[in-house]
Amino acid sequence: MYDRYMIVGEEFRNVEQDGKVTGFQIGARLPYYRGVVLSILGPTGLSVDGEHFAPEDITVTLHGNTYKLTELQNQDEDRWEFGEVGILTVNKPGGLAPGRHEVELDQQLMITYVLPRGFKGHDRKVLEMAG
Amino acid sequence: MAGKSSIKRGVSLFSFWNDYMRGKMSVQECIAAVAGLDVQGVEIVGEHMVPEYPNPPESFFENWHGWMQEYGCTPVCYDMYVARKGPGGGPATEDEIVAAFVTDLKIAKRLGCAVMRMLASTPPKIMERAAPYAEEYNIKLGLEIQAPLHLDDPWIVRHLEVMDKVGSEHLGFVPDMSIFTKRFPRVMLDRHIRDGAHESIARYIAETYDAHAPLGQLGFEIKKMGGNVEDLQMACQALLLSYWDPRRLKEIMPRIFHVHAKCFEMLPDYTEYSFPYEDVIPVLVEGGYTGYLSTESEGWRFTGDVYDVDSVEQVRRQHEMFKRLLGDLPEVPASEPVARQPEEGGRRDV
Repeated sequence: MYDRYMIVGEEFRNVEQDGKVTGFQIGARLPYYRGVVLSILGPTGLSVDGEHFAPEDITVTLHGNTYKLTELQNQDEDRWEFGEVGILTVNKPGGLAPGRHEVELDQQLMITYVLPRGFKGHDRKVLEMAG
Repeated sequence: MAGKSSIKRGVSLFSFWNDYMRGKMSVQECIAAVAGLDVQGVEIVGEHMVPEYPNPPESFFENWHGWMQEYGCTPVCYDMYVARKGPGGGPATEDEIVAAFVTDLKIAKRLGCAVMRMLASTPPKIMERAAPYAEEYNIKLGLEIQAPLHLDDPWIVRHLEVMDKVGSEHLGFVPDMSIFTKRFPRVMLDRHIRDGAHESIARYIAETYDAHAPLGQLGFEIKKMGGNVEDLQMACQALLLSYWDPRRLKEIMPRIFHVHAKCFEMLPDYTEYSFPYEDVIPVLVEGGYTGYLSTESEGWRFTGDVYDVDSVEQVRRQHEMFKRLLGDLPEVPASEPVARQPEEGGRRDV
């Protein structure tokens, strides 16, 4: 129901560090109607053109704070606000080639009242990587 | 006007979710929209619209009360959620849940709400521990009763027992009108078909639900009919809906602090497709309910893949219906007994 807002294409671009392309980023919203504390985020699945990226290779940046996805379960104070666009940054040396890419994002949320498996959102969008 | 009740009308700003999400309406504009429909009561989900929750800036409270004054509205109800994880990531302890509850209670107080909606999954023990705080802050705590919960569900029975034991006038309920889903919501049916359910099977499920027939065999029947995963999901969805005789609300009437007036599809003729408000509202009137009917318009959850619901129009239609049902009351047979009497000793006759 909230799925189509998950992938935010405007933030889709390759990222550079020290003059080298180290990966790419996309914008993401949570598939939910309120903000949540980060520790209740379940697994995040991200793939581009069918290539799946491991959580160890992804960070999320929210209002200036950056966390590895694998560390989120310990963050019980910082929050992902309702509607807030987080930046998912993927470690992929060389980044993505210019042109169209099919991006898929899955996000699980361990919401109290939908235990045990929580709540799932899925979005798929075709985005253009600038050359 | 003769027979006019003192039931008040409100809107949960959650009804404007889609417009708020897309930046089409700010919190202020949502409140202005409520006022524009000649409605005074305002309900808010803290984690939806309170900025920097749980530590909102002072300026938000100032703005909030300024808007209430400017638009002639009244804060009514604040909606909380139950903490799931405590510091360190483990399951929240009872103390941690109570601490999180008190945080919400303080925000609700600052916002001027007299009722706090307690999530349906709040354990009875937490309600018991919350009671002294509710009295201290003078905010009534209403446990939400939402489909598939109902008055005979062991969870609700247990809550009633605890409320009786604690004896606090600050503990009660917020019934959500989804407990009176008389017809399978059409927007839900259409969505299942769009998501891949067989039209014939989907209609069969809806018709079975509408006949209020037992649904226990639905899974087997669907398999025999060659049903797919989406058909089965729709059958599961049907099991999460419920219809009860609205007159049963009388059993908990003094404990009803607030009513979530759900709508999924308000029709142009000012009726709701699934929820029989024409049967429910006379019961509330007759029972002497004086709280709010607070709109929760949620059709966007099912139609969002194909079109954007005009949320303000949905709310408007519902309040036109309320005005009709509250001002020009249909006859309710006064002598008719409720569907099921309280058990011996009037345990539920609180």
